[in-house]
Amino acid sequence: MKELSLHILDITQNSIRAQATLVKLTISESVPENHFSITIEDDGCGIPAEQLKNVTDPFVTTRTTRRVGLGLSLFKAASEGCGGYFEISSTVGVGTKVVGTFLRDHIDRAPLGNMADTVVTMVMSFGEADLVYEHDYNKKSFIFDTREIKETLEVTSLNEPDILNWIREFVREGLEEIMEEE
Amino acid sequence: MAKSLAELKAIREKKLNEINLRHGKNGYRVVVGMATCGIAAGARPVMVKLMEEVEAKNLVDVTVAQTGCIGVCRLEPIVEVYDENNEKVTYVHMTPEKIVKVVDEHLVGGKVVDEYTMTVVDGKIVDPKIKA
Repeated sequence: MKELSLHILDITQNSIRAQATLVKLTISESVPENHFSITIEDDGCGIPAEQLKNVTDPFVTTRTTRRVGLGLSLFKAASEGCGGYFEISSTVGVGTKVVGTFLRDHIDRAPLGNMADTVVTMVMSFGEADLVYEHDYNKKSFIFDTREIKETLEVTSLNEPDILNWIREFVREGLEEIMEEE
Repeated sequence: MAKSLAELKAIREKKLNEINLRHGKNGYRVVVGMATCGIAAGARPVMVKLMEEVEAKNLVDVTVAQTGCIGVCRLEPIVEVYDENNEKVTYVHMTPEKIVKVVDEHLVGGKVVDEYTMTVVDGKIVDPKIKA
C-alpha cells in the first residue's frame, strides 16, 4: 500500500463485513512529539479470542474466495517497520479496535495520502453504517460525522454523487485548514 | 459544520427535483472490488472516478457500490456491471481512464466495452454476459 489512507480504507472494510453500524476512525498527529497514530473502532460482531491470536498471520483468513488474508498483516508490518506498534482487541458482540502507531518522521512511513478520497470511498461502501472521523493535527482537530449529515438531509444513505462530491470537498478543506502553518 | 451543511441541503433540494423527473429507466448497478487486493491494485481512484462520471453525466439510475474479493486478485481492479435482469459483465485491470469509456459506452450507450472484459482470451472475445 502506497498510502496509509489505503490501509485505513482496507481495515474499515473488515468492520463493514462484521456488520458494524458505526465505525470510529481517529488519526492523531503531533509534529513536536514525532507521533502518528491511526485508531479504527467498530461495533461489529467481534472476533473470538481463539481467532484473535492469529489474526495478523497472512495465512489465516475467514474468507473462502482465497486462502490468504493480508489486510491486518500489512498494516501491522507498516507500523512496526516505522518504530511504532500495532494492537488489536476485540469482544464478540461488542466490537473490534485496531491501533497502529508510527514515528511520524520515520523514513519508511508512507504518506497519509488522499483522505478525502478514502472517506468518499468508505461512505460509498458503508451502506447505512455510519462513520465518525476525527483528525487531530498538533493542537487542531477536524471532525466529520455521517450521522449529522443524514440528520440534516433526512436520508438513510449518503451514496448519491452530489452528496459524495460535497463530502469530498468538505474533508479536503477541513484537513487543509488544520494542517495550515501558523 | 453547521454552515456548510445548510449549503449541502440547498444543493440537495435542487437536485432532488431533477431526480424525481428522471427516475426509473435502465437501472445499472456497478460494483467495485474493494478487498485488500483491489485497494492495493488501485480500486480507490477507479471508484472515485466512477462517482465523478455518474455525477457529471447525471446518471440517476446508476447505483455504485463495493464488493469484497472476487477471487481473481491478479485481475484487480475489477468492476462488475449488473443490468436490470441481473446479467453481469466483468471488467478487469480497470483504471480511471478505462472507467470513463465504460460509463460512456456501457452505462450511457448500453454497449459492452468488449476489450476491457474478463472474457478476452488469447485476443478472442468470448460472450461477456454471464448469468449471475
